[in-house]
Amino acid sequence: MTKSPPLIKIKIQNEDFDVSVETNILQQNNTGAIVNFVGIVRGYDEKNDQIINSMTLEHYPGMTESEIENIIVESYKKWELTGITVIHRVGYLKPYDQIVFVGVSSKHRQNAFNGCNFIMDWLKTKAPFWKVEEKNNERNWVSFNESDNKALKKWEK
Amino acid sequence: MIIKYFSWIKEQIGKSEEQIELPHHIKNVNELINYLNEIDEKYNLIFEKKDIIKIAVNKTYSSFDTNINDNDEIAFFPPVTGG
Repeated sequence: MTKSPPLIKIKIQNEDFDVSVETNILQQNNTGAIVNFVGIVRGYDEKNDQIINSMTLEHYPGMTESEIENIIVESYKKWELTGITVIHRVGYLKPYDQIVFVGVSSKHRQNAFNGCNFIMDWLKTKAPFWKVEEKNNERNWVSFNESDNKALKKWEK
Repeated sequence: MIIKYFSWIKEQIGKSEEQIELPHHIKNVNELINYLNEIDEKYNLIFEKKDIIKIAVNKTYSSFDTNINDNDEIAFFPPVTGG
């Protein structure tokens, strides 16, 4: 049987997104399972013991989308996904705002869990986004977290 | 050639992009950095932190020895922190 290509949606936007709308889109596809991940802006920097007032995100238009597309192609080859949606917000965000959505559908739940996790791990290390955190009297570009590289190791098997 | 800078590199260099005419003798990214560094010492920071700087040529991850020409778009940026 020929496999039909997965339904893919990639959006980089300032606006918020609606998880139920996105879930509904994934549900339209030939699916038995949906796994969604939603990243939220943290309100506290535990490492430096500081309150985060806001955050601003920038990206590299064109490259960000193509890197996400590369990750998505890898993911559906590996996990037989039937639908993939990645929405990443940029611009000015406040604590507890939604920042990223990764939703995947598959016929079976393990592929959906793994596919979502795989996309998120690679997005953290490859997709060109940069965060600057605004605190009381300072703003700091967030440094790359080495644990994000370690998270990739589990996919080497 | 268009050169783009992102995140704190953009802030330290003081611009998000610039257009230069690439001299003929410059063949790769490493030589481009040397050339920029000769023009202005602010580019030094690309050298100083060479171990962490990421490079894209025409919006594709590349390395210091990637070949370049005058029609290319080059970008320098720190490790990514999205998600």
